[in-house]
Amino acid sequence: MVSPILELTDINKSFGHVQANKNINLKINKGTIHGIIGENGAGKSTLMSIVFGLYQANSGSIKINGKEINLRSPRDSIINGIGMVHQHFMLVENFTVLENIILGFEGETVFGEKLQKAKEDLEKLCQTYNFNIDLDATISDLSVGFRQRVEILKSLYRGAEILILDEPTGVLTPQEVDELFKILRSLKDEGKTIVLITHKLIEIMDLTSEVSVMRQGEMVGHTKTEDTSKEQLAEMMVGRSVLLRVDKKEIKKGETIFKVNNLSVKDDLDVTRVKDVNLEICSGEILGIAGVTGNGQTELLEALSGIRKVESGSIELFGEKISDQNNFLNPRMLKEKGLAHVPEDRQRMGLISDFKAHENLIFGYHDQEPYSKSAILNNKEITEYSNKVMQEYDVRPNSPNLITSNFSGGNQQKIILSRELNENPKVLLVGQPTRGVDIGAIEFIHQRLIDMRDKGAAILLASVELDEILSLSDRIIVMFDGKIVGEKENKNVTDRELGLLMAGVA
Amino acid sequence: MEFLSDIASLINSTLRISTPLVFAAMAGIFAERSGVIDFSLEGKMLMAAFVAAVGSYYLGNPWLGLLLAIIVCVCLSMLHGFASVTHKGDQVVSCVAINILIIGLTTALAAAWFGQAGLTPTLNEDQRFLEIHLPFSDALRDIPVIGTLYSDILSGHYIFVYLAYLSVPLVFWIVFKTSFGLRLRAVGENPSAVDTAGINVFTMRYKALAINGVLIAFAGAHLSTAVNANFFREMSAGRGYLALAAMIFGKWHPKTALIACLLFGFTDALQIRLQGVELPAIGEIPVQLIQAIPYVLTVVLLAGFVGKAIAPNAIGQPYIKER
Repeated sequence: MVSPILELTDINKSFGHVQANKNINLKINKGTIHGIIGENGAGKSTLMSIVFGLYQANSGSIKINGKEINLRSPRDSIINGIGMVHQHFMLVENFTVLENIILGFEGETVFGEKLQKAKEDLEKLCQTYNFNIDLDATISDLSVGFRQRVEILKSLYRGAEILILDEPTGVLTPQEVDELFKILRSLKDEGKTIVLITHKLIEIMDLTSEVSVMRQGEMVGHTKTEDTSKEQLAEMMVGRSVLLRVDKKEIKKGETIFKVNNLSVKDDLDVTRVKDVNLEICSGEILGIAGVTGNGQTELLEALSGIRKVESGSIELFGEKISDQNNFLNPRMLKEKGLAHVPEDRQRMGLISDFKAHENLIFGYHDQEPYSKSAILNNKEITEYSNKVMQEYDVRPNSPNLITSNFSGGNQQKIILSRELNENPKVLLVGQPTRGVDIGAIEFIHQRLIDMRDKGAAILLASVELDEILSLSDRIIVMFDGKIVGEKENKNVTDRELGLLMAGVA
Repeated sequence: MEFLSDIASLINSTLRISTPLVFAAMAGIFAERSGVIDFSLEGKMLMAAFVAAVGSYYLGNPWLGLLLAIIVCVCLSMLHGFASVTHKGDQVVSCVAINILIIGLTTALAAAWFGQAGLTPTLNEDQRFLEIHLPFSDALRDIPVIGTLYSDILSGHYIFVYLAYLSVPLVFWIVFKTSFGLRLRAVGENPSAVDTAGINVFTMRYKALAINGVLIAFAGAHLSTAVNANFFREMSAGRGYLALAAMIFGKWHPKTALIACLLFGFTDALQIRLQGVELPAIGEIPVQLIQAIPYVLTVVLLAGFVGKAIAPNAIGQPYIKER
């Protein structure tokens, strides 16, 4: 029997009234890849942040190699051989790779000899693992995949024996995921222990030998990966059986109602982010935009929804030109013409987090009847409407007076969706509809989008989740560096093919 | 020849006028590079001027006055830290509170101790810093060019003037060549990265603020115990804000901030010089117009010519680790 390298006993942690971890027990064996799966908000990241010393547990004990240790700060964890690659990289963007890696472990007051030594050591490490990283490159010039390698290199340089990765694949192309998995397997072969936190079932099945499942702050099961299946894990995660596939009727394509001609858009820093994009969407169709984050999808959606100025080119709705570089309709005018928008960043653009749910539910329509009359809000009407719509969209808890930020991500998204879909838009622009949303809500949101399509709406769906694009879209375009680099009918197209396009290779 | 000496005296006053700006800008660099906005440079400079003058008056030694000013300014920086780092308060509000507090406090204390609102007794020669005449400056005065450069421009300043310009390479060295500097810059850019590297974010910010307090004390002492021989009401006269503008204009970098300080100092020296001077074709320019030059220049430079100043990424944001 192997002794566990890491053993957690009865870990409890709460933030205010929310108990993020309840009596967690976990054993991780040396030299394995151990998966921890659970929905957003299940407490996985919190648990691992405790192991990394970033948060302190309210109670419970942590043993490394059978010895109980007290982790007061990440420094203690690092000294004990624990490294963590966070979901949001912990890198200083305008520092070089080298500066980021030595930060906190400089070993000398004034830079000199030790810096040289660190550089030599790192170059050796890079060679050993075939990392191919330029130590003098600035982080902001590196792709996301490379930044992640820097994070891994950082942990290895600091002597990590246990490497924790928090949702490492969220921002990678399928090819980059392959590369990452290759690195992780080779680390395992060298005797390192890997802990993989994810909500993606397929990664668990691909990579891990053991898996622990978390739900609502509790550990609900441990199993060997070979003894379980995706369906079984999903059921453990959600607490009920879930449909992993979306049921979709055959497309009934109507006429083209939304058209974009040679569109170019600049961002706030005056960099052209959308370059000469052409696209058309028919009624009854979902057009998916695949691409790695930051390849112009955000700016494209903003331009189409009237939030961002068009640099050149034009946008047509029902054959009528609605925007070009000289004039454009604002979101409100677009709304009146039947265009709705579910923005990518729901916290920043979709909702006012400090408002009550019922206020967000009618926001944008608040000055129209029946919600208001002669500039005075009709609270009775609003409450009635809110109750009805929250039931219909299964928003939990069903309390219109609750502050919006107290709802989970999935329920917040349902609030936005209900508001935007309520007017039966002809064109729907949707960005990252299920980012940070739990599986149960994903199922619901996907079904709503399909319903809209079947009712004849033209839907533009931008998502970095390839699975989502593949399961919902009728047609898929891929954006890379602001350009459309590929268009495919969604028949027999594989994620590998799209991945190559997303990486700008094919 | 008269023209040359005019230029020399213009440069000489530029160096002197820029001195408090340089100290304040360097102080600002430490605070803001660590991610803490420091609007309170103005208030701290005023407080330092007051404490230095009072301390020197009672203790009879300007160095002891300076020491007291340093202690008080570090305390004020810690107060700012306590409100905005430990308790995650709004950094601008904390600074404004400090500034307002000090305007009132200096006036009231002066009234209570010396019977005159906002005025401290005149310091005698032993109680203040005097101009330093570099060796051989009299002997070399008559040599062309070198004499002017050495005797008229470099020599004859208060100690603070020399210290201010020496502090710039020192600050550069600390910020860019030491591990402390690396951590300092990191904590202002991405405090989470610093935290996960096992360094305490709060301690780093307090350290930065402590250095900030030391440096700003020099600026205040320069005003009340060197160029002037007493403290008077609101004697910092916006120099703290001007230094902040210079620091932003210099993109949080010691070298460029120095250039900005010198530019502001130069326009100020120029406006003093131009007052009452008849210019050919134009005639005498109204004083008010000339006095406005440094401020107009600030606005114009900040608004248009320097491009977008990119602040440390995490500036103004309290570090919140847990949700």
